[in-house]
Amino acid sequence: MSSIAVELTGITKRFPGVVANADVNIAVRAGTVHAIVGENGAGKSTLMKILYGMQRPDEGTIKVDGAEVAFHSPADAIKAGIGMVHQHFMLADNLTVLENVVLGNEPRAGGRLDFRAARARIKEISDRYGLGVEPNRLVDDLGVGERQRVEILKVLYRGARILILDEPTAVLVPQEVDELFGNLRELKAEGLTILFISHKLDEVLSVADEITVIRRGTTVATVSPAEVTARRLAELMVGSALPVPELRESTVTDTTVLDVAGLTVTSADGRTVLDDVSFTINAGEVLGIAGVEGNGQAELVEALMGIRPLSAGTVKLRGKDINRMSTRDRRDAGVAYIPEDRHRQGVLLEATLWENRILGHQTKKPNVRGPLIDRRAAKADTQRIVDQYDVRTPSIDVFAAALSGGNQQKLIVGREMSGNPVLLIASHPTRGVDVGAQAAIWEHIRRARAEHLAVLLISADLDELIGMSDRLAVILRGRLVSYCDPKTVTPEDLGSAMTGAGEEVA
Amino acid sequence: MRRLSLRAVLLGLAAPVGALVFAAAVCSVILVVTGHSPADVVDSMSASLDRPRTTVIAVNNATNYYLAAVAVAIGFRMNLFNIGVDGQYRLAAMLSAALAGASFMDGLPSVLRVALTMIAAVLVGAFWAGIAGFLKVTRGVSEVISTIMLNAIATALVAFLLNPNRLAVLEGNDIHTPTITSGGQVPGIPYSGSSTEVHGLILVAVAIGVLYWFVLARTRFGFDLKATGLSESAAVASGVSVKKMVLASMLLSGAVAGLVGMPELLGGAHSYSLNFPPGIGFIGIAVALLGRNHPIGMAFAALLWGYLDASSNGLDVAGIPKEIVAIMQGVIVLSVVVAYELVRRYRVRLEQREVGKALGTIKVPEVVGS
Repeated sequence: MSSIAVELTGITKRFPGVVANADVNIAVRAGTVHAIVGENGAGKSTLMKILYGMQRPDEGTIKVDGAEVAFHSPADAIKAGIGMVHQHFMLADNLTVLENVVLGNEPRAGGRLDFRAARARIKEISDRYGLGVEPNRLVDDLGVGERQRVEILKVLYRGARILILDEPTAVLVPQEVDELFGNLRELKAEGLTILFISHKLDEVLSVADEITVIRRGTTVATVSPAEVTARRLAELMVGSALPVPELRESTVTDTTVLDVAGLTVTSADGRTVLDDVSFTINAGEVLGIAGVEGNGQAELVEALMGIRPLSAGTVKLRGKDINRMSTRDRRDAGVAYIPEDRHRQGVLLEATLWENRILGHQTKKPNVRGPLIDRRAAKADTQRIVDQYDVRTPSIDVFAAALSGGNQQKLIVGREMSGNPVLLIASHPTRGVDVGAQAAIWEHIRRARAEHLAVLLISADLDELIGMSDRLAVILRGRLVSYCDPKTVTPEDLGSAMTGAGEEVA
Repeated sequence: MRRLSLRAVLLGLAAPVGALVFAAAVCSVILVVTGHSPADVVDSMSASLDRPRTTVIAVNNATNYYLAAVAVAIGFRMNLFNIGVDGQYRLAAMLSAALAGASFMDGLPSVLRVALTMIAAVLVGAFWAGIAGFLKVTRGVSEVISTIMLNAIATALVAFLLNPNRLAVLEGNDIHTPTITSGGQVPGIPYSGSSTEVHGLILVAVAIGVLYWFVLARTRFGFDLKATGLSESAAVASGVSVKKMVLASMLLSGAVAGLVGMPELLGGAHSYSLNFPPGIGFIGIAVALLGRNHPIGMAFAALLWGYLDASSNGLDVAGIPKEIVAIMQGVIVLSVVVAYELVRRYRVRLEQREVGKALGTIKVPEVVGS
């Protein structure tokens, strides 16, 4: 059995008002690929930033090769032999591979840059690990996979023995993923240790020697890929919540509220992130979208909200084409939106609760009178939301940042349910909230459905999806690949449909 | 929560007061090290306060600085850095001076002449800032870069136009735009004991301050502006078109910048010449920072700046290099930026604790990351 290369014990990291990591324990054996999986927001990135010296833990110890270390900056981590390959490449396009690799670590010989020695070393590293990197090529000419190998070479050049790869496959196409995994196996064979962060379970299972699951900021299990399935991993990632999400009798009507046809979205770098997606939602119906995160859900929501432009397709709201409408016009037309990341899109943290009540409803009564803000009416209505939706706060004049996540979310739900919407887009509505708030939010979604709203529900919580949806669609690599009946489907079936393991479900 | 808001005021004052004290301490050290007595400086500067003329100059300085600060603050409120207030006001002052001094204006009623001059200045300022806004919206050009470059272009353009063959007249050795005749001037407000008068257009600066407050605090546009500044992603999700806001706030910022030169032009210089005060746009950035984009805070900051500048002349007489004032201003700006950030973080944390206490619960730890 090999020795322990990295050991994290009792790591806890708090940010104002939130705990990003709580009592994290991980032991990574030298010469292995160790995967860290968890949902977005589970605390993986914070943990890696701690290990790479970008954040300092509030509690806990880090040991590298058995010796306790305290990193004050990435430079300390590099010195200890830890290198990080970021999800977003940090390369200068108009420099050569050689120049990029030596940047900030230039080899000198008598006051001059010694490119010859550097070139020889890059060649040597590239050959040893089978990276196939050409030092003289311009980075601008390289493909995504090649750029990633340059990034890996960059950290190896700086003497890293332990590599952190943050969501390395997010930007790659399947063939490139296979190549990357080939490289990783070679690195491992040469005795390097790799920490692989991902939420794509099939990839993790194929490349990792050990897998640690993080949920809500803490490590919940360390398993071997041989003894676990993608389904089981998904369950570990998502966890099981205490309140049971379920719908009562069907309220589905035959009025179509949202009609999406042929929706296609291309990302800035030219990849197709949503491919010919079509579906309808009727009044009084909840359509759940199941999928492993990063398969196009966020893009779907942003396209429907008018935040992200479409490459093709039409979106109709109550029979009216809203393709050309701005986000504000869509909101005015009755689209309510609970965003996936409430701190980024849902609230203004450093604004009061009543100002947050106005956010997204700047054109609607009671918040405004003509071009003017109606402070008194907005405040009164905020108080109504606080009372009706059980937002626990001493006052509506405090900053949103002062509330817990669950209470922020209840405020958002209350706000979005105001003003008689016809369609509710709920993206991970109960993520990161406590159990009480979760049950309350489910109740509000049920009530919205009973009041004949059409609801699009996106979630990573399979129980929530199965319990709260009238129909379920599975999204995989930007396509809706199958529909399931939530009355009969099990989380296991759904999990394998999500990972593409079994295409024929229910 | 009255308690919280009272404390918010105190916390708000903590940063600028702390910065001033710190700056005074740094300057004292510099004075002592260079063999001057800080007490002499205090004597000289406070003595100058007693002279009515210094007071008038300080107030007139402050009027200019305040307008520039509001122009900068409009951009700051949505994280837009209009470094180009300087070029905007100089170009606006020059062109509107040429218009106001033109002979055909003589026949018009005084009110109309002044109004036309100011409207021209506002339009020129808005246009010049609008170029930067347009470039940012359509081509993604950083407004910091483009406004700095537009400053240089404005300087060259003013030099080109300020020529006897174009918009200027030569009088002795002095080149300036045609002098605005009395009907196009704005009378000053007399101040007893001083031959220099307070600029009449100080009232415009006050009106702009009130308008700035009203638009930001009470209108939908102001809300959108503030939301964009606090979180662009949240503003976008709420339906704000950030591009429209960028363009609108650049235009408004430039419009106010256009007014910066007006009190001096219509109340003092009566023509645009090479002696027209430069650099007010940059002072405006410092004043906006110190006043924290707040309409009243910036008024105090402008008065302080105006007073420091006006009293610095007396220092030379007392044998103390007046550059000490520039050092003081620099230290104030640097330390106030740091102090505001510290206070801001402290305030957010304090409120979280307060709310937790008021609810009688420890906050449920929430998970963030990625």
